[in-house]
Amino acid sequence: MVQKLNSLVESASQTAGPYVHIGCMPSYAGNAGAYDCEIGQSPIAEGAKGEIIEITGEVIDGTAWALRDAMLESWQPDAAGKFPGQPGADPNVSGFCRFAVDPDSGKFTLRTVKPGAVTTRNGAMQAPHISLWIVARGINIGLQTRIYFEDEDNSSDPLLARIEQKNRLGTLVAKKSGPGQYAFDVVLQGDRETVFLDI
Amino acid sequence: MPDTTPDTNTDAGPLIPRNRAAHPQVHDVEYKTSVPRSPRWPLLSMESTPSEETGPRFGHDILGEYDNNLILNWTKGAAPAIGERIRVHGRVLDENARPVPHALVEVWQANAGGRYRHVKDGYFAPLDPNFGGCGRTLTDSEGYYEFLTIRPGAYPWPNRGNDWRPMHIHFSLFGHSFGQRLITQMYFEGDPLIDQCPIAATVKDRAQLDNLVAPLDLGQSRPLDYLAYKFDIVLRGRRQTMFENKLEGM
Repeated sequence: MVQKLNSLVESASQTAGPYVHIGCMPSYAGNAGAYDCEIGQSPIAEGAKGEIIEITGEVIDGTAWALRDAMLESWQPDAAGKFPGQPGADPNVSGFCRFAVDPDSGKFTLRTVKPGAVTTRNGAMQAPHISLWIVARGINIGLQTRIYFEDEDNSSDPLLARIEQKNRLGTLVAKKSGPGQYAFDVVLQGDRETVFLDI
Repeated sequence: MPDTTPDTNTDAGPLIPRNRAAHPQVHDVEYKTSVPRSPRWPLLSMESTPSEETGPRFGHDILGEYDNNLILNWTKGAAPAIGERIRVHGRVLDENARPVPHALVEVWQANAGGRYRHVKDGYFAPLDPNFGGCGRTLTDSEGYYEFLTIRPGAYPWPNRGNDWRPMHIHFSLFGHSFGQRLITQMYFEGDPLIDQCPIAATVKDRAQLDNLVAPLDLGQSRPLDYLAYKFDIVLRGRRQTMFENKLEGM
């Protein structure tokens, strides 16, 4: 016999299901007024410093069909790379956004400020990126990925460097489609499958 | 204004890597929608960074008076929902068995007839005019939470020829790190549909599925008012060591 570890096992995930919006985005579910204040409606407030950008895209399944029911959450630092609460962080950047794909077109738009680079605890510099979490019916555990930007220097990012198949790097990089506009699709499965993270 | 408050605890260690065997199989042919929606390539595993270790924080300022009372919140207290009155209570802990204080717990569920109040739900069980089906609360300083609701009904869903969801309440949890995000479901002790459900069955570790089943808790029920069910939730923890920031190189 040995001593017992005092650790616990993380609770098992279950799919968010088709009605995730009832609990997380009541207005989207047709239940406006359920809460006085719905969380995550915008990651920035008026006056946020930096470049305001819009990222648009779709969440695409293995048959190349864009999901109509997915919910996404994003988390990011401010334009200087500081997360909310860190000394000097921009008070007009909450960093968190919760959004859904359009039930008719399947398209999503994230309007935010372009994030700054962030240093890891080992001193490595991560290229600017937004963390993304995707849930939907049929997704049994929320999918983690990141949005990088094609007009930033991504050459020394430690996460991108870990991807062996360099032909998959592009799945994490938003393409510039106009001034302040970027395109980024999440591909759940198939030839263009997004690199998902266990991090 | 931003609706978040900070987590400044960035000096703690990295998040403990997820044990994927404790979670559902992502591609399960018995749950048909998972087939086209599950990644085929392996996930990229890496030590967590500030992007995952920080996260949005929520305060009581976002909560309304009835947010944790699904019996009353849809009518703002004017009329109670139809159904079996229950109290759901429990504790949010991390893998180090420490309470997670001030965690946002969001819940949603079908009404007593098994119908969701959602533009996309067309099941012919009727809507209850007094029931919305969503609620939220924050854990206290010891990680405890509770809410009042009605017991949701079971309902049929299109999957195999005759699939029914067991009675369940959806839970969404924010710990202190974005990497702790978790959505799960609470089932009810004794429901025979649990063992018939292909969504519950995506969890292959029986002990892990059992941990999603809330026991009846008579001691915490209120005579002549409501029954209680207890549902504890475990979120990812962080490695705890005084050596954490002294490593050099990668």
